Amino acid sequence: MSIPEYSAVKLKELLETKQISALEIARALLDRIKKHDAEVKSFLYIDEDLLLKEAQASDQRRSQGKVRGILEGIPVALKDNICTKGQRTTCASQILPRFFPPYNAHVVEKIQASGGSILGKTNMDEFAMGSSCENSSFFNTHNPWNLNCIPGGSSGGSAAAVTAGFTPLALGSDTGGSVRQPAGLCGVFGLKPTYGRVSRFGLIAYGSSLDQIGTFSRSARDAALLLEVIAGRDQRDSTSVDQPVSSYQEKLLSSLKGKKIGLPQEYFENLDEEMKASIMAAVEVFRSLGVEVEEVSLPHTQYAVAAYYIIATAEASANLARYDGIHYGYRAEINAQNTKVEDLQEIYHESRAQGFGNEVKRRILLGTYALSSGYYDAYYVKALQVRTLIKRDIEKALEKFDVLLTPTSPVSAFPLGEKIEDPLSMYLCDIYTVTFNLSGNPALSVPCGHDKKDLPVGFQLVGKLFKEEEILAFAHQYEKETLVNTLAPIKKA
Amino acid sequence: MTEFEIIMGLEVHVQLLTSTKMFCSCSTTFGSPPNSQVCSICLGLPGTLPVVNKKAVELALKVAHALNCQVAEVTKFDRKNYFYPDLPKGYQISQFDQPILHSGHIMIPTPKEDKKIRITRAHMEEDAGKMIHQEGTPYSFIDLNRVGTPLLEIVSAPDIESPDEAYSYLKELKAILEYLEISDCNMQEGSLRCDVNLSIRPKGQKTMGTRTEIKNLNSFNFVRLAASYEAERQKQVVLRGGKIEQGTYLWDENEQKTKLMRSKEDAHDYRYFPEPDLGSFLISKDLQEKIHSQLPELPRIRSKRMQEEYKISEKDCAFLIEQKVVADYFEACLKKFSEPQELLNWMKGQVRTYLNEHDLAMVDFPIPPKNFIELLELLQKKTINRNAAKEIFEQMAKTGKRAKEFSQQKQKITDENELRQICQEVIKAVPQIAEDCRTNPKAMNALVGQLMKRSKGRADVDIARRIFGELIGE
Repeated sequence: MSIPEYSAVKLKELLETKQISALEIARALLDRIKKHDAEVKSFLYIDEDLLLKEAQASDQRRSQGKVRGILEGIPVALKDNICTKGQRTTCASQILPRFFPPYNAHVVEKIQASGGSILGKTNMDEFAMGSSCENSSFFNTHNPWNLNCIPGGSSGGSAAAVTAGFTPLALGSDTGGSVRQPAGLCGVFGLKPTYGRVSRFGLIAYGSSLDQIGTFSRSARDAALLLEVIAGRDQRDSTSVDQPVSSYQEKLLSSLKGKKIGLPQEYFENLDEEMKASIMAAVEVFRSLGVEVEEVSLPHTQYAVAAYYIIATAEASANLARYDGIHYGYRAEINAQNTKVEDLQEIYHESRAQGFGNEVKRRILLGTYALSSGYYDAYYVKALQVRTLIKRDIEKALEKFDVLLTPTSPVSAFPLGEKIEDPLSMYLCDIYTVTFNLSGNPALSVPCGHDKKDLPVGFQLVGKLFKEEEILAFAHQYEKETLVNTLAPIKKA
Repeated sequence: MTEFEIIMGLEVHVQLLTSTKMFCSCSTTFGSPPNSQVCSICLGLPGTLPVVNKKAVELALKVAHALNCQVAEVTKFDRKNYFYPDLPKGYQISQFDQPILHSGHIMIPTPKEDKKIRITRAHMEEDAGKMIHQEGTPYSFIDLNRVGTPLLEIVSAPDIESPDEAYSYLKELKAILEYLEISDCNMQEGSLRCDVNLSIRPKGQKTMGTRTEIKNLNSFNFVRLAASYEAERQKQVVLRGGKIEQGTYLWDENEQKTKLMRSKEDAHDYRYFPEPDLGSFLISKDLQEKIHSQLPELPRIRSKRMQEEYKISEKDCAFLIEQKVVADYFEACLKKFSEPQELLNWMKGQVRTYLNEHDLAMVDFPIPPKNFIELLELLQKKTINRNAAKEIFEQMAKTGKRAKEFSQQKQKITDENELRQICQEVIKAVPQIAEDCRTNPKAMNALVGQLMKRSKGRADVDIARRIFGELIGE
């Protein structure tokens, strides 16, 4: 095996036993990226010099016995909506072409403080709005299992980079499924922690009450490792919660005997037979581990997508108001009629019309409409009520069960261009994931094999609030039984 | 002829006296160079998040007691959405349907009797920045130092029935807020601004008339003028058979009239919704009690006490109490000085004049109470005379030195022989005036004037007059 194939935990072990150096890791990953990312196109930006310098510094620390922490020498890729000090952060948008944040996101500080380094910034749907990565204003990212297919979204770049062996670890953000859905479509582990588990400071907001930073990795153990680094209360994010951070890695082997999985029946009703078969096979694996499995009902599931698209877009309509062409970012000079932009109103109109992509504009309009006087009660208030009902559904189900198990996505990766003209069918890609953003529960997509087209299939484990260790333990013990390959061959169809 | 009555409600925005902004740790000092008190958070840079300034919440809770308000058990912030260059996030963090305070009142003086004005609500929000427009340039400047300064918006019920009542209400409110050190209420610096909602209706009519709003008034006098003008304007419209249109007006100081800023059709839809970055929070009874226990005396109560304790008139008390620092200074002096009336005269006289001449506020008055008392004591013990005291006062203010440093030279001349000698010199110098004294007793004043000049103000006038009498009578 070569460096890019190793998990982060394995690389750590090799570093600790001095079999490899951080510099060798960085070089090996850069080599693989150079070789294959021209096809996958997962990265927007890599600062090679900085990465190599940091790797050398890490090796030096290790040789001096000054290891910083549990990520010493390990690179992590970041979705490009996570702020990196002095490094361009774009949200894959034309409206933010030259933003060099004067601060690091909380998660970046945490990674650096534990010895990790930032490998680069990955492609995404503009402002995290999309399920295929096709809304990036720069270029499309391709699924390493089949380069004709989308990697999922919106954190498609991070998912593809981990899948292609460009990095052992990556971070994304998950507002409606943006970590879990691409993880499912790329066949890697994608964890969305409990809302409030990881500070959002430095994450460029889309839907603030739903946004949560999550991890990509090729093993459950690696997810546990990275979560240990980034979790915890941060005073700069008032919604981050002061809950003790568990030692996730240590709890991976907690016995599953006698534990209970609930299968929400609504999630299997119209599911593709082939996908259903894969997931039911996974369920059998859990049964063989002594887990009890029963059906359960989450009766308000059918309203989740509608409620999500109202709440998320309402918040987005305010969050994206700051991109106004006045203070920073893109300012239009010439209007659509090819004459010079004259007054304040025109700066607003033209900068936003030219700077934002279609999907972003669509969602801003949706959200603005939902909050408008006369419609507020019918849409926004109603959506909040649905959110409360959904939370209660899940709370109730998790009184009886330790975890819930559902499909991650209704379909496997689809060809580029297939759904881009059909927003509604694109929105339905999130049908199984949005619920747990509305409720805040931790959820993890676990790869469970491939369909007939040789595209990955995943299932989702949902845990009680702040019980990430539980879903990680389920995933880890399943992984040990099945040994699903999480590293893609990078091939054309 | 139809008689009309006026119905007004006031929205008062006060900047809370915190050292840092509402949601970040930038300084709130007024008058710094443009855009020098800003950070990633108040500039609304992508990825930043607000964190509530606890001190601002505590100040709002102080207001609760003073305005007899109920405190919300659970409160939250909301986003108020609109585009303007002075608002970097594109929304203002404010409070919509769960304001921190509600259902209060204050009493205001009216010619007849004290009147109760109800406070509907008071909510916290962040201030916007400032646009600076320069004539003849095709662009404007933006100063974002003020962005994020904590504000409390205090909304009265429509209980105010005349521009004069509005004036009294504002004066009373200002006194309370200053007293509790909630705001410095400095109107020149924009720490207190007022919006007026006003409608009229024929006397006896039960339903309310259509109201108009006059925004951004930054002096109490403008409030009175603008309200009077607007009431009269509305009356003329109705008398001509017209209809009042809802709208937002501005007061034009130069033309002395209200001008339409935007009509109802152009009214903003602010699309309020809960601020997801902050969430709801509980206000504990413990915190409320802690703040209650630390409250200073309220102005009305203080005025009553001072009238009794120092035997000074209500009017004089009003002068002292209008600014808390003045009353504080007064009482600090009286801890060691026993003549309230003498002190009051100085405060109303020399001190006030000095502040006016140097364009200073009382907080900047350079003589501390301890030093001021020393001066008054020298006068009280007749070590110096009143003229000398006034001169020493000026020098103390100028140099910051204590009275004793000047009083040596200003000590009164009471020695008979020394005085007699100077008196003789005066008579010698102006014999004609001395001569006049025999027939015209008023000429004596001129002689004394000459004497003071010669003695640099130090002569004891009473003794000198007796000596002049003796010398001229001889």
